[in-house]
Amino acid sequence: MRVVPPARPRKLAKVPFVELADGRLQGVVSSGSDIGRVYVSSIAAGTYAYACSTNNNRPCGGARGGFCNHIRALVAEAVLQYGAERVARYLKAEPGDGELDGAGLVASLAATRPAPGGSSAAAPVFSRFLRHLTYLELEPVTAPLPEMHWFPSTGAVA
Amino acid sequence: MRTDLLFDPVDGLDEALAAVDAFDGVLVDGLLRPQPAQVAGLTALADAVAGTPLAARVTEAVEKAVAGAASEDHFVVLAAARTALMGSVHDALTARIGEVTGRPRAAETAPAADGEEHAVNVLAAARAWLCDLARTGWHGIDHDLIAGAAPVVSAMLPDPLLRRQAALLDGFAAELAASCPGTALERVPERRWADLWSRALLLTLPGAARTPAVSPATGRLLPLGVDVQEHATAVQAQVHAVFEPADGAAPRLVRASVSAPKPDTVVGAGLWQLLRPRMSLLAAVGEGRSMELDAMPLTAEGDLLWDDERARAGEAADPFATARVILSTATDPVTAPLDRHPARIAVPVLLEGYAAESADDGTLTFDLAGQRLAVDTDRAPAAGPLTAKAVATSGACVGLLRWDAGEFVLQPVAVETTVRKKTVAVHAGAWAGGTTDKAGARAEKAATDAVTVLRERAGRLLRK
Repeated sequence: MRVVPPARPRKLAKVPFVELADGRLQGVVSSGSDIGRVYVSSIAAGTYAYACSTNNNRPCGGARGGFCNHIRALVAEAVLQYGAERVARYLKAEPGDGELDGAGLVASLAATRPAPGGSSAAAPVFSRFLRHLTYLELEPVTAPLPEMHWFPSTGAVA
Repeated sequence: MRTDLLFDPVDGLDEALAAVDAFDGVLVDGLLRPQPAQVAGLTALADAVAGTPLAARVTEAVEKAVAGAASEDHFVVLAAARTALMGSVHDALTARIGEVTGRPRAAETAPAADGEEHAVNVLAAARAWLCDLARTGWHGIDHDLIAGAAPVVSAMLPDPLLRRQAALLDGFAAELAASCPGTALERVPERRWADLWSRALLLTLPGAARTPAVSPATGRLLPLGVDVQEHATAVQAQVHAVFEPADGAAPRLVRASVSAPKPDTVVGAGLWQLLRPRMSLLAAVGEGRSMELDAMPLTAEGDLLWDDERARAGEAADPFATARVILSTATDPVTAPLDRHPARIAVPVLLEGYAAESADDGTLTFDLAGQRLAVDTDRAPAAGPLTAKAVATSGACVGLLRWDAGEFVLQPVAVETTVRKKTVAVHAGAWAGGTTDKAGARAEKAATDAVTVLRERAGRLLRK
């Protein structure tokens, strides 16, 4: 039995990192204008308090009166990766009836007129993203890992 | 094959599992201030091992735990008692599978020789975290507690000798994090988490995960199929195969494993891309070839410690031909004492002459002379052509016999089906080495793009 379903494949160029953690939907969004800059964006579960700033802690100009485009992209990609239902459940969102997609979820969250939150989470999220990237640099091994039998492939094709 | 024996009850199984379940219930609310029901659960564990060499130490550990004063050593003893019970379940089930297949068994293995202590500090940190979990209980977990695993995992991952502990802790911690806060949990996967907890705790002991003694294997390797295991940040592919020693000794069932840590967004064909460069056997499996081994290290437990320098591509070899001709004479390996657990039973078998039956809820069974064997098609890797539909229309199947939730289950790794009056074989690992299949090639492209983006981001952001 798998408790955490695997991520579904998605394109990573715009939003290289998304996670449901620490009571927030949070992630890293690549800047559209500067290739060396990324934004750390988040929405808190329950209150939908949002935050967006660069990795150097400069606030995002777009996130003053509501969701900026980074946050909208974050929600859309999270829906691709985890499925709308799981994202909505984590955020404790109560979208209306009918088929739920990324745009619909963003609209229903924005409609509650959430307040901006602090940007204090930016540093830990960014460091988790960097830690996540280091996993690509690690060499494979050929000694058996018997405990991986507890984590079967689930074959679910998205 | 005496498949009818798969459906006979196994003596003592229910009693052993009842004691395990009693202990697993104890971990739900943790051992900080044990309640009467928890005392009963601990006592059940002690009673179950009363006639064994563990008895005295388990009794002492239970007494301390009941008083809410268990030390790390006591938790280790409790985990050992539970592991011993699961080991007995494993042995009974494996003996039954031996009767079913009629295959010879290898001789018992000697324990690994003592080596030098390795990474004592980080293992101690892991042990401390796991003992905190046991005190807190699954209902008490929160993000702060679970975050304590991250520095331990980060310290372990770069050391290849600690990959086993790292992969387990990382997958376990991610699962717990996704279940926080514990107070809001509607259902706790008690046996699963107790399994992961007790295994992780024992693997923090010196020598518990030591590489066992190896002997050089020279001869022909005939692949049967591939089993893929993954959690968000790790993947392992295990190739099950028959090894024919060049010296004419009896053929043996062996496994070759390759594993890697991964970002959670690397999925599907991306898994093969990570593993492929480290093990040429995956390409051979995809092409339907055997391999010639030259002094490849082989453990007494039947694990090849793969080294590309010691293997070269051999002639074409059909896994179904291997399964029909040699599998029944191959020796089954013996599991290392500490690794005995029903969840890791995965024994290659060939089944033919069954009637596949799909229920309305999508579950699949093979009717074997009137008895129904459950078939688990979910375990097939996403990046491969073996689908539930192919299995449901198959007439022959190479699969891994497993045991899950109280019954034997078959995990197909290859099937033969009939397409336009011709027999076609479909293998779960067909895309392991790459593919010209349209859907497969698309999956490869998507995975390559994902890794390219991550590497670009890593290159730009990591080294600042």
